[in-house]
Amino acid sequence: MTKGVGSDLLFSGSDWNFKTLARTYEAIEKIALEELRLDVYPNQLEIISSEQMLDAYSSVGMPLMYQHWSFGKRFAFEENLYRSGRRGLAYELVINSNPCIAYLMEENTMAMQALVTAHASFGHNHFFKNNYLFRQWTDAGSILAYMEFAKKYVSKCEERYGTAAVEAILDSAHALMDQGVFRYRRPPRLSSEKERERVRERLEYEEQTYNDLWRTLPPRADDGSSDTIEHEVSERKRKLNLPEENLLYFLEKNSLILEPWQRELLRIVRVVAQYFYPQRQTKVMNEGCATFVHYYIMNRLYDQGRIGEGAMLEILQSHTNVVFQPDFNDPRFPGINPYALGFALMQDIKRICDDPTAEDREWFPEIAGTGAWLDTLLDAWTNHRDESFILQYLSPSLIRSFRLFLLKDNSSESYCEVSSIHNERGYEAIRAALSRSYDIGASQPDIQVVDVDLLGDRHLRLQHNVKNGILLDEENRDATLRHVRRLWGYDVSLAGVDAETGSRLYECSAARSAD
Amino acid sequence: MPIFIDRRLNPKDKSLGNRQRFLKRAREELKRTIKEQVKAGKIADVDAEHSVPMPAKGTREPTFHPDRNSGERQYILPGNKEFTPGDRIPKPGSGGGDAGTGAGRDGADDDFRFVLSREEVLDLFFEDLELPDMVKLNLKEAVAYKPRRAGFATTGAPTNINIGRTMRNSYGRRIALHRPSKREVERLAEEIAQLEAEPNQQAVAQRLKALRQELERLERKRRRIPYVDPIDIRFNRFEQQPLPNASAVMFCLMDVSSSMGEREKDLAKRFFVLLHLFLKRRYDRIDIVFIRHTHEAREVDEETFFYSTQSGGTVVSTALEEMQRIIAERYPAREWNIYAAQASDGDNIAGDSERCAALLDSDLMRLCQYYAYVEIIDERETEIFGSTDNGTSLWRAYRTVGEAWPNFQMTRIARPADIYPVFRKLFSRQSATTQARD
Repeated sequence: MTKGVGSDLLFSGSDWNFKTLARTYEAIEKIALEELRLDVYPNQLEIISSEQMLDAYSSVGMPLMYQHWSFGKRFAFEENLYRSGRRGLAYELVINSNPCIAYLMEENTMAMQALVTAHASFGHNHFFKNNYLFRQWTDAGSILAYMEFAKKYVSKCEERYGTAAVEAILDSAHALMDQGVFRYRRPPRLSSEKERERVRERLEYEEQTYNDLWRTLPPRADDGSSDTIEHEVSERKRKLNLPEENLLYFLEKNSLILEPWQRELLRIVRVVAQYFYPQRQTKVMNEGCATFVHYYIMNRLYDQGRIGEGAMLEILQSHTNVVFQPDFNDPRFPGINPYALGFALMQDIKRICDDPTAEDREWFPEIAGTGAWLDTLLDAWTNHRDESFILQYLSPSLIRSFRLFLLKDNSSESYCEVSSIHNERGYEAIRAALSRSYDIGASQPDIQVVDVDLLGDRHLRLQHNVKNGILLDEENRDATLRHVRRLWGYDVSLAGVDAETGSRLYECSAARSAD
Repeated sequence: MPIFIDRRLNPKDKSLGNRQRFLKRAREELKRTIKEQVKAGKIADVDAEHSVPMPAKGTREPTFHPDRNSGERQYILPGNKEFTPGDRIPKPGSGGGDAGTGAGRDGADDDFRFVLSREEVLDLFFEDLELPDMVKLNLKEAVAYKPRRAGFATTGAPTNINIGRTMRNSYGRRIALHRPSKREVERLAEEIAQLEAEPNQQAVAQRLKALRQELERLERKRRRIPYVDPIDIRFNRFEQQPLPNASAVMFCLMDVSSSMGEREKDLAKRFFVLLHLFLKRRYDRIDIVFIRHTHEAREVDEETFFYSTQSGGTVVSTALEEMQRIIAERYPAREWNIYAAQASDGDNIAGDSERCAALLDSDLMRLCQYYAYVEIIDERETEIFGSTDNGTSLWRAYRTVGEAWPNFQMTRIARPADIYPVFRKLFSRQSATTQARD
């Protein structure tokens, strides 16, 4: 390690080969494991060309994906952007799997390969392996095998039942993909044994409390029957585990018209949706973690004299591009850059731990000045998602440096109102609002299956709990509802209910005739 | 040590299958787009890549997503410069410029175009068009052959002897029949020579005699069992494999007499270009022969064909005779698929039309894969001639040919817009009965 500075360089020049890649990887690994105490899956680095990167883009970043026209559409879209020069390709792509697969582009320079290795193979990798959402919801060890199964299964179905039939089911399933995830842990389903036990207990109770006199009572037509109806309804809802927010799951398990292979297709789409769900909830943290890690490691390597100044300059330049945050009125503004926000948050935690101001001490008494930035970060990476992470760690100084402000937009007004800015009175509100904007549960429409009478007309009733008066795009809503109907086979209706007042805002349905 | 895998040599186009599915799905819409682009642009441009807007119908992917114009939202934006709480900012007109998450998600697909390759364009353009009897020609009447190795034979030309096979047979036979080897004979001869050199003794003489007898026996045997026997010989066997005929010649015949104006020529040209494109897609090699005629016919180059004027009368049969001559000279029907398209305004000198019909009937139709006659008429005439069998003398004469030969087609064109439908009609898929033949 402590040889002459000149001979210690991991690489010189911009060309890479497998030897320099391996040597650099080892140097990065040493810092990542020993200094940052990262805990990673074994790495697999794959060199790919730009065409292959485009391929990977269109199959939602999976190395294996079943075939569907929508991926072809996405490919045409991405290819067009790329070929017309409107968008560059990513330098890397990383897959939450064990071993962790990272794609490196062949045209990257060696400096970029080093950056990308640190970013993907250690930053993202650590996050995938440790964050609680990924641990809870994804199984990195089996995802590739599952995708291989899915791909084969879909193509087998296409052979057997025809491409059109398979496509129809997949189209419908894709339409419900956002409603195809479990957001919360569910109580375990009662096993049939326990269910029988319950029925037996109730019968026993009824037998014990049986009194023949009750039979002689004249039936009270009005409230008696409504009582039993209500009871029946609640009983059948309980049996179906309603309300159910995972529409795909509900349809897969309860649809009366689907063949077993069609159910399996729904399941495949559901599994893919669930697999990506944690990534959508941790965009800021995931990218922030990876960016923080590459920034730290690259600087350490430079300090150790293992990266030349030219290479470091190149690395810093592309790092700066990655964490660039245009202002809201900049034509390039695409929204808040998750790389920028995540990286800034984590750098800020390091600053608060090492060198806090009085304000930081007041806001973050637990960590300010402790110097334990790494423990804090490791803990955050493990136990937070974007929403909770921002709520916990967004500091006033960061709000000031981003010059964040809160804009209220009421659709009935012709103007937006600035309600908070980066000042003493605004910090809390801005922090809460930013945190909320990363809550997928809040930003996505809440649609649930509320009732269905399987023994009656089998009319499937969905309910949209409208929050803040945000309705659904009508054209899309009706088209999607037709997809639900296709999977359910009987009438489907969707009612919009205001979450606060409980008043009914709209109702629409997809009846048989609509098909 | 991580695992490095070099994937660059893996097959590309992993998503080609997805692209094809996508195109298939959007087929109707893409077809319409291409048709419109062809109509608006130059026909020669058909033969290239086309940029088309993303088809909207059939490729929509609806989801439940929020309506951007409802409810109350909050946005957090960076880069505040002068706002203080309570400031009001007028909304941008369309609501598309708001900076909320997911804004522009739909808008992105709308103005997005993508590029169809030349092949994809032509596929869409020519969908369900099929040249008549194409299959028949390719599979049944293919006349070009290519020799293909097909095992071994006991007979054949000396040039085709397979040495390896032959020697293997010979070797086996020699072993089986105990043919004395050359070495054996030489050893014996050497021993005899040695004994002869020794002083003459009784025992030696006796031994010598025995050896000589043995030598003679061996040599007799060697003569009787030849080194290579005719039954050893094997020949490479070749089979004549029919090759689909991959070349076509297209004859463009046009009347350039003064009655054919610019409009008529332009229409004819479009038709020819379309035919050329269509043939180009089917055959590896296509020759085009341009024959123009007035009262006499001449083979000319493309430039002259379309753009130079010539005056004179009109004798259609001269063009047919010229075509006949060129076929006989350069394009034997055994090797070429011959297509012909004739454009005319229908004028002909009296009495010649019958001669044309006879020429076609007796000779040309037998040689041609397909003969299309396009009569370019005045727009005002469409109504008169649109559906009736009336018409010029040429039209009437050709009708008899059309009845006799299924590969003869004739139609009338009045406007550019007619060309494509007419073209489709001429080359539409053969009916089930003709299909069934192949």
